[in-house]
Amino acid sequence: MTTVATVPEGTVHPYALSHLDSLESEAVHIFREVAGEFERPVILFSGGKDSILMLHLALKAFAPAPVPFTLLHVDTGHNFPEVLEYRDRTVEKHGLRLHVASVQEYIDAGKLRERPDGTRNPLQTVPLTEAIQQLRFDAVFGGGRRDEEKARAKERVFSLRDEFSQWDPRRQRPELWQLYNGRHAPGEHVRVFPISNWTELDVWQYIEREGIELPEIYFAHEREVFNRAGMWLTAGEWGGPKDHESVETRLVRYRTVGDMSCTGAVDSDATTLEAVITEIAASRLTERGATRADDKMSEAAMEDRKREGYF
Amino acid sequence: MTTPTQQAGLTSTTTLLRFATAGSVDDGKSTLVGRLLHDSKSVLTDQLEAVEHASRSRGQEAPDLALLTDGLRAEREQGITIDVAYRYFATPARRFILADTPGHVQYTRNMVTGASTAELAVVLVDARNGVVEQTRRHAAVAALLRVPHVVLAVNKMDLVEYAEPVFAAIAKEFTAYAASLGVPEITAIPISALAGDNVVEPSANMDWYGGPTVLEHLETVPVSHDLTACHARFPVQYVIRPQTAEHPDYRGYAGQIAAGAFRVGESVTVLPSGRTSTIAGIDALGVSVKEAWAPQSVTIRLADDIDVSRGDLLAPTDDAPAVTQDVEATVCHVADQPLSVGQRVLLKHTTRTVKAIVKDIPSRLTLDDLSQHPAPGQLVANDIGRVVVRTAEPLALDAYADSRRTGSFLLIDPADGTTLSAGMAGASFAEVAGAVRDEAPAADDAEWDF
Repeated sequence: MTTVATVPEGTVHPYALSHLDSLESEAVHIFREVAGEFERPVILFSGGKDSILMLHLALKAFAPAPVPFTLLHVDTGHNFPEVLEYRDRTVEKHGLRLHVASVQEYIDAGKLRERPDGTRNPLQTVPLTEAIQQLRFDAVFGGGRRDEEKARAKERVFSLRDEFSQWDPRRQRPELWQLYNGRHAPGEHVRVFPISNWTELDVWQYIEREGIELPEIYFAHEREVFNRAGMWLTAGEWGGPKDHESVETRLVRYRTVGDMSCTGAVDSDATTLEAVITEIAASRLTERGATRADDKMSEAAMEDRKREGYF
Repeated sequence: MTTPTQQAGLTSTTTLLRFATAGSVDDGKSTLVGRLLHDSKSVLTDQLEAVEHASRSRGQEAPDLALLTDGLRAEREQGITIDVAYRYFATPARRFILADTPGHVQYTRNMVTGASTAELAVVLVDARNGVVEQTRRHAAVAALLRVPHVVLAVNKMDLVEYAEPVFAAIAKEFTAYAASLGVPEITAIPISALAGDNVVEPSANMDWYGGPTVLEHLETVPVSHDLTACHARFPVQYVIRPQTAEHPDYRGYAGQIAAGAFRVGESVTVLPSGRTSTIAGIDALGVSVKEAWAPQSVTIRLADDIDVSRGDLLAPTDDAPAVTQDVEATVCHVADQPLSVGQRVLLKHTTRTVKAIVKDIPSRLTLDDLSQHPAPGQLVANDIGRVVVRTAEPLALDAYADSRRTGSFLLIDPADGTTLSAGMAGASFAEVAGAVRDEAPAADDAEWDF
């Protein structure tokens, strides 16, 4: 009566794709578009799970040929040693070329000043922007996902940045169908987010399906941590604990991997991918809410950092 | 019988549905979206706390769920949604990508953007007001963008005492109108987003309704169909030539299948050159397969060493599209700067970008009543109009009605790269046999089927 159906109900549809296959296909399409239209693309690679996923997808997109992109890591100087070790091992394994932009070098040269709270995440923007300019990258792949944060949810897959890497959310190009517009003027570049439509759970399910290796800090382990502003931070030379903070050993894992000064561990006994997936599916907190001090600064913290050229 | 899905070794049964919602805040869209997200557990504690905190600091008593999606400072300051917001949620049956399109600013541009990738559109109406001008505009956009499934959610049924005749009259009027525009499938559902009737759980207040709830419908609507009936299309994105010791002679054409299915052994024509060859192999991201289908990203190898590069299209030799340099299309103009007759532009179609010139803008269309305004000279932001474009090189273009992916294109400003217009080749709306047309009240005098 109220339904005008042209597709008979109960019809078997053999040409279905699973959600992971759909997301994989979309991401591969994006990588190939960039390879086809840009001169000097680069993948931002931190050794975190989202950048590991990006690299895996890029490897699949161009096989059996090598990935036609180099990698860029903005090293805050406060990175987890396990993650740096993973990064170097991965670069060697796939015969890739890695550029490193060092926040520490900028601080040592007096070009950046350490913040009172010791957080180096916001300091990454300048080294990132200068590396993009100096190495003349025209497309920069980021592992940002729209489910992470509400400002990210508004960003395009192809996101145009000016010569200062700035993002203007009010002047974004509408993105229709699968037609990505990567036109840019000399000096400008395009940030590209191939896993925009993936959720945290999709990422983990895909990692499990593909058998992708991750740095061990993503799984439960004993670690010396201290509590700062409700987050379990790793004790270390970077600046913690301070006088009133006390160190204790807890069974934890990391849900996100960033700068040690603002990435919190979560209590967890999940030692396998299966256990991690079960834990995430049951979690009542978003991954950034649970683990990132930098996003708790204000309602618009991420938008403000992105406007200035952040990832 | 082994299905292609099983053949590819896929075990996961969770599918992905992209859908768009259309309607204004007054229709209860935020409440509906909020309920879908909340009841599917996709609004998490810290997000809710942040929204409650922000709502309190603005002096609001109840948490304003719009703050969940209003991700930009300007949106929160002005209390309006400016840009399409994408939301993600899942049930055990399906993963959803929701394009939540705002009803205030840049309305047409945003809904066209959201609908361009949607397989389903939810149109909301207030049961007290019935089908209004805005509802007809929503139906027209869904029809224009060829969204395969449309849901009419008749909201605020609690405010009309859950009366069946109210729902039935609105459903009848809308269904007749949307069907007259060629919308292939329309499902009307009586709901109360605020009270939760028929959103996730069946309503205890409307025994007379025997159909699915909104979520049940979203979970069961078919997301795939018989691709063998579609025109198979494969735009070449990139040529993979490793030239390594291990793969000295490998030459594969990488791309995402835009429509239909391709099989090993099939004869294909390369467009626009017209050369033919046979598919020697299909590599589906590391697995060699006999058959692949849309929207899989694959690499196709051909039996003959012929000239194929980015921007070419592979199609079955017995079902190849004609190539043309003269494009007649309906466009939605999405830029602040206008589109004028005589303007030089770039036309981006699949993986091919060519120079083009706007030869004519024969008419502009008003979506509210589908009336036509001849020879407007130019189109401005949020206008829908007919254009005639001449391209510098031939395009293998399908009618948008036959293939959304290979019938769509962008017009781009060559000077600054701005996306000017979103184009759909061929007729605006589907040809529909006369009968229902008379029931569409606003279409009486309009030449809507231009």
